[in-house]
Amino acid sequence: MSDEALTPPATAPSRLRSAWESDLIWSFRHAPVAMAATAVVLVLVLAAVFAPLIAPHNPFNPATLNLMNGFTPPMEPNAFTGEVFLMGTDDQGRDVFSTILYGMRISLFVGFAAVMLALVIGVTLGLLAGYLGGWTETIIMRVADVQLTFPAILVAMLIFGIAKGITPPEHRDQMAIWVLILAIGLSDWVQFARVVRGATMVEKSREYVQAARLIGRTPISIMLRHILPNVLNPVLVIATISLALAIIAEATLSFLGVGAPPTQPSLGTLIRIGQGFLFSGEWWILLFPAITLLALALSVNLLGDWLRDALNPRLR
Amino acid sequence: MTEPVLSVRNLTVEIPTRRGVLRPVDGMSFDIAAGETLGVVGESGAGKSMTGNAVIGLLERPARITGGEVRLKGARIDDLPPEEMRRIRGKRIGMIFQDPLTSLNPLLTVGEQLSETIRLHLGVTETEAGRRAVAALDEVGIPAAKARIGSYPFEFSGGMRQRVVIALALCAEPELVIADEPTTALDVSVQAQIVALLRRLCRERGLAVMLVTHDMGVIAEAADRVAVVYAGRLAEIGPVREVIQTAAHPYTAGLMASTPLASVGQRRLRQIPGAMPRLDALPDGCAFHPRCERADAQCRRDPAPTVTGCGGRAACWYPLTRSAGEDVA
Amino acid sequence: MLAYILRRVGQSVLVLLVVGLVAFAMFRFVGDPVDAMLGQERTQADIERLTVELGLDRPFPVQYWKFLTQAAQGNFGLSYRQGRPVTKILLERAPATLELAFVSGIMALVGGIALGVFTAIRRRGVAANVIMTVSLIGVSLPTFLIGILLIYIFAVELKWLPSFGRGEVVRIGGWSTGFLTESGLKAIILPAITLGLYQMTLIMRLVRTEMLEVLRMDYIRFARARGLAEKSVNFRHALKNTMVPVITVTGLQLGSIIAFAIITETVFQWPGVGLLFINAVQFVDIPVMAAYLMLISVMFVGINLIVDLLYFAIDPRLRLDRGTEAKA
Repeated sequence: MSDEALTPPATAPSRLRSAWESDLIWSFRHAPVAMAATAVVLVLVLAAVFAPLIAPHNPFNPATLNLMNGFTPPMEPNAFTGEVFLMGTDDQGRDVFSTILYGMRISLFVGFAAVMLALVIGVTLGLLAGYLGGWTETIIMRVADVQLTFPAILVAMLIFGIAKGITPPEHRDQMAIWVLILAIGLSDWVQFARVVRGATMVEKSREYVQAARLIGRTPISIMLRHILPNVLNPVLVIATISLALAIIAEATLSFLGVGAPPTQPSLGTLIRIGQGFLFSGEWWILLFPAITLLALALSVNLLGDWLRDALNPRLR
Repeated sequence: MTEPVLSVRNLTVEIPTRRGVLRPVDGMSFDIAAGETLGVVGESGAGKSMTGNAVIGLLERPARITGGEVRLKGARIDDLPPEEMRRIRGKRIGMIFQDPLTSLNPLLTVGEQLSETIRLHLGVTETEAGRRAVAALDEVGIPAAKARIGSYPFEFSGGMRQRVVIALALCAEPELVIADEPTTALDVSVQAQIVALLRRLCRERGLAVMLVTHDMGVIAEAADRVAVVYAGRLAEIGPVREVIQTAAHPYTAGLMASTPLASVGQRRLRQIPGAMPRLDALPDGCAFHPRCERADAQCRRDPAPTVTGCGGRAACWYPLTRSAGEDVA
Repeated sequence: MLAYILRRVGQSVLVLLVVGLVAFAMFRFVGDPVDAMLGQERTQADIERLTVELGLDRPFPVQYWKFLTQAAQGNFGLSYRQGRPVTKILLERAPATLELAFVSGIMALVGGIALGVFTAIRRRGVAANVIMTVSLIGVSLPTFLIGILLIYIFAVELKWLPSFGRGEVVRIGGWSTGFLTESGLKAIILPAITLGLYQMTLIMRLVRTEMLEVLRMDYIRFARARGLAEKSVNFRHALKNTMVPVITVTGLQLGSIIAFAIITETVFQWPGVGLLFINAVQFVDIPVMAAYLMLISVMFVGINLIVDLLYFAIDPRLRLDRGTEAKA
């Protein structure tokens, strides 16, 4: 018996194998949509991460910009300089392809960071509310209810407005990205808290938690070691769907002019800039960032949708 | 002998899945006469409810009837177009479900649900339907039926709700009633009342009843004949008394030995070793052979033959009791 | 039931008080109101006079109370940017937003429920699957992109409909309506679709999920077993049960249309309160932000209350009086 237990190398491959054959992976291998979505997300994320290596130009380095290159259509040589740009250039001669790569960096960074913030706040408060009950629960869930009355995007705008009012004007552009993360993150924690609280209350009454309590485990260790692993599935689903929402929220705020500043444009800012040229015929300045945003949001959403179905067998 | 109300021959239901075709009902044959109650027993997943659903035409996709036939008063009903089958449901075949708490629409009063069914099938006026609805509630023993007609299901207790369900199933005066575990979800004290009620209605109206249950006690109490189902196949069918006292199929015998029944007398309860195989992993030959102490090579290889005797039939190579067949064990 | 309603009203008032506190805190602590209201040329005397005028020298609870009483009377002070009373500006802008929200709300509700029921009943049909796939794209599509797309197709390429503004409006009392002129009606089409599409998708998906859930219920199987026609099963039995959970979310959705109007109004330069709000955020015009917050809260709380009351109309289990009566 003990000999068997002491041979982890023998069991490791089989565990890997059983993971591969698990229901989740099985359903992933049989969901072409989910696989395609994953591929798109991976390509976009890698492109964003390695933007400085891939991008033909650095759109934020004024030294490399040439105003003569302005309004060059995609794949056509510029009338003055003869340079060719894959997706054309904007009014200031910036390469649209490069601005998209850099813009995606900001969009993805803000999205991920905001979801992480929402996740940490939501899971912590949800665990506390579900486990401790009483006044803690009443206060947390009341706040959640009130906040849920308002659409997240409105809450984010308000937080952005307040934060903008508090930061001194000369720092506003630098702080904008962090303010965005704060605004989106704070507007989105309620979903996590609600689900985690519900699951915690269910798990709390289970025998194994009762047993852990009886043998004298501290509440914190019970919450972290016993309850948290059991609520990870729904949290993962919400996080994925939230990521799509956060990316859209960031783009929306930036599009409305209350997000990423023109000096650090995200995809939303690029679309805001591009919209100005809709009537004058420079379609590429708008089209390419819009398609990128759409591909990103759609594939993350599809992934979340599949994940929810796969982890919830009842709906299969 | 008069024509049976329900006649099922070689009924087979299949479900195509990604792991191959499952056969939850496999070659089932039985009759039910007017005024007779046939109990159908078996473990959960044995195919008893599926048989009931197949008879009334309520199989949920992708399950479907792939073989055999179902006759109601001699006329085939398993191949009817959906619209004609719908007109038979409720009118000629009533159905009672397991859980009275979830069988009634919570947002409609019991009167609304009753008169909607009555008007649909009997084509009477609204006033007449209302009058008949009160009568139907009265008949299943709901006190102050007239006053309760405007009540919502949540205002009734579990046992009372099951009475309402029975009233609903019987309000269009069907010839056949399929009762799918009608007592399982109820308190023990209420179970006996519901069984007695079913029994009375069946006698008074000359109803044919197919009583699906896993409870041998209910069978002994309410059924005239019993069909024992195992892994989608009929293991044994016969008069209740004979089957209980002198079971021919080893599975029936095991089932009896593991059930505390007053009529069998005091003895130690035994259990059948193992569990019923999953439908996607049925063994060759007789499906019961891995759990049967009498099984031999033949049982493992060939499907069990049907042997008749003592007013019943059993599917077994080596039946326990003497039978009219050539195999005398 | 009366006690229940009173309790709900009490909770609503509490929510409004909390939101009022947030709005007041914004007004009081985000930036310096005195600083914002006085121009470049100011004297120490001006500052002191305004401080007393605004009551900023009084204790915090007194100031909060004064803010609340004034807010209740519709007085939110002067806009930092326009120098005019905030309430007056809001009232001028409100009809544009309400008309837009009304049209898109109706569209979302009718379209959402119809499509939701259809896709649930014809779950395996080709049309239902196409609708579901399109709706997923719809959910992923940010509202402003839908707006831009519509502008491109119908305004830039086809030149059928205007791309911005309300068209000609007719004044009736204090209300300006675009419903009575041709240009006004044309102008509302694209913004209404943009605003309603997302809500419609959400309502449709919700109705579909709930309907599928209900269709699995025993009482639906029992209704079928009694031979009821599909139409009766789907609409009389299933749809009504679907409505109970749908009403909550739908109510909130319709409320959020007012908030989402911010985006649509920006894309189409629709002169409503949303556009006013986004400009206020850009220029940190705190009184306008605070007033907008209060206005929206009153609306949401009101909608929530109506939703709660609707429950009683639909679900007999909640008419508690009857329940206790029957038990007795």
